[in-house]
Amino acid sequence: MLAGLTDRSWLWIAAACYLAGLVSGTVSILRGRRQSGPAINGFIAAGYVLQLIGLSLRGEAVRACPLGNFFELFQFTAWSAITLYFVIGVTFRSSTLGYFTSSLAAVLTLVSLAIPAWDATRRANLFGGNPWIELHAALALFSYGVFALLALTSAMLLFRHHSLKSKHVGGWFSFLPSILELDHISLRLLWAGVILLTASLAMGANYWLRDTALVHLPKLMVTCGVWAIYALTLGLRLRGLLISKRFAWVCAAGFLAVLLSLWPVNTNHTPAPPPSAAQP
Amino acid sequence: MSDPAPAGAAGLFVLGATHHSAPIAVRERLSPTPAVAAAVQADLKALESLREFTMVSTCNRIEFYGVGVQPDTAVRVQEIFCRHQRFEPAEFDRFRLRLHGEQAVRHLLDVASGLDSQMLGETEIFGQVKDAYAAAQNAGHTGAVLNRFFQKAFQAAKYVRTHTAITEGQISVANVAVDLARDIFGELSAARVLLLGAGEIGEKTARAFQSRGATAISVASRRLERAMELANDLRAFALPFWLAPVKLPGFDIVVCATAAPDTVIQVAAVTNAMRQRPARPLLFLDLALPRDVDPQVADLQNVFLYNLDDLAKIAEQNLRAREAELAKCRALLDERTGSLWSSLAPRLP
Repeated sequence: MLAGLTDRSWLWIAAACYLAGLVSGTVSILRGRRQSGPAINGFIAAGYVLQLIGLSLRGEAVRACPLGNFFELFQFTAWSAITLYFVIGVTFRSSTLGYFTSSLAAVLTLVSLAIPAWDATRRANLFGGNPWIELHAALALFSYGVFALLALTSAMLLFRHHSLKSKHVGGWFSFLPSILELDHISLRLLWAGVILLTASLAMGANYWLRDTALVHLPKLMVTCGVWAIYALTLGLRLRGLLISKRFAWVCAAGFLAVLLSLWPVNTNHTPAPPPSAAQP
Repeated sequence: MSDPAPAGAAGLFVLGATHHSAPIAVRERLSPTPAVAAAVQADLKALESLREFTMVSTCNRIEFYGVGVQPDTAVRVQEIFCRHQRFEPAEFDRFRLRLHGEQAVRHLLDVASGLDSQMLGETEIFGQVKDAYAAAQNAGHTGAVLNRFFQKAFQAAKYVRTHTAITEGQISVANVAVDLARDIFGELSAARVLLLGAGEIGEKTARAFQSRGATAISVASRRLERAMELANDLRAFALPFWLAPVKLPGFDIVVCATAAPDTVIQVAAVTNAMRQRPARPLLFLDLALPRDVDPQVADLQNVFLYNLDDLAKIAEQNLRAREAELAKCRALLDERTGSLWSSLAPRLP
């Protein structure tokens, strides 16, 4: 608890901030106006700080990185995407990316908060007290945040591409960044995501090779599958075989694979009640 | 001709002729050379009944904003201008714009905001009026009234630009083309532009690209000497026409404006070019009639094709969007005209 509020309360307020970014951006679009960068970034920054407080409280309670159930996985993925947005948003100079990021964060956090069952139990002794396994998990989830942002830039690229091919370039489409900028940023995000996930898997593999019973087969296959999708996408993109609209479609669809992979990842361990459930 | 105020009113006035009443042939004859403009201003400076003045001369308007102490000051200004310009005063009367007092205030606010421009909402006029005012101020032609008048007009124009969408979207084909290129490539400084055909529309578009940061421009024309001539003017590179399809992979934007009767850019050439640069988009701006680019080129991945009709349609949509903002702009300027006029009126002779 901090200031009389539980971790979930802080996360609810954070989600409300992201939602405010979504609403203000949508209102701007409906009015045919460019989104206000400071306003969107203000909502995102406020949400980010509040979410950090909520996740810190949860982390303090579980004495580990909060990655023990669906709720925590969704929250951490959204937080990772926002972290990346602050790095990229500065160079990208696009309030439209802020709007998309705020929307995604609002959806991920609100969905995770709206389903109490996702936070009813959490995996016990998740990392076995091993900081390297904890880092492996955090890196993997952070790479998922990168892929979330990649899905957003890919969606923006698809919108931009559609507007230019169909010759409807006015209105809201005119607020989108250029095709080339979106393509460059997507490629950089793909590189970052693949590097982070590779590092995470390499770290995990080190322990798995010592004890193969440590990880259930479905989790292993799904995680390696996600890595293979993105690694293959990167390879094809670099060779010029997967470009433009097709590249964007694969990157956007890849994030669905990421979200679906959270199920086998989460069912790898025996559940236990969440620490906040025991708290008043 | 607008002349709603009594011809003999003293005080603040604007006198001139604009694109609204004077056709281009007349405006050409009314456009003073620098020497004539200097002579007119020297005589106006000597005119005792004229306390302050500023002359605004653009391709679409010649206007004198003045503060007179006699009822016939505006008429004297007209006489001086017509004498130096060798323009018949009776003919000038036919095209003349003359407004006084609050209407003159409103006119300058409309002009500076681009609402009175031939291309609604264009921003170039703001700079032109600003330059004209700065020149008048430096020459000591302005005083307390015109200084306040122009400065407040600039503030009002900026306010309108910021708080409405009157300047959004390009309304000329050349600028629409440049905007499209920016939608694809972002900053144009690194984009490589090929101009096929060295005619007027191609040149205009190339200049629009240059004004928005494009530096790597090449010109190809069936007449190499014409290509070299235009390349020299644009500080660009010249290319033999037959080499253009071969060099296609090296360009990002291809502006086609030839007078060729048949297709100049074939699908096969573009397919081959894209094989060499698959990840980099290629934009064709086909400004020629008949069209230079095979329409099937538009079906290729990462290739964008816009012809003259497409560009004109976008320009028209943007113009309609600007027109929809007019009422809002006018309401904003109504407020400012009233308050500015009430602050200027007590200072007038």
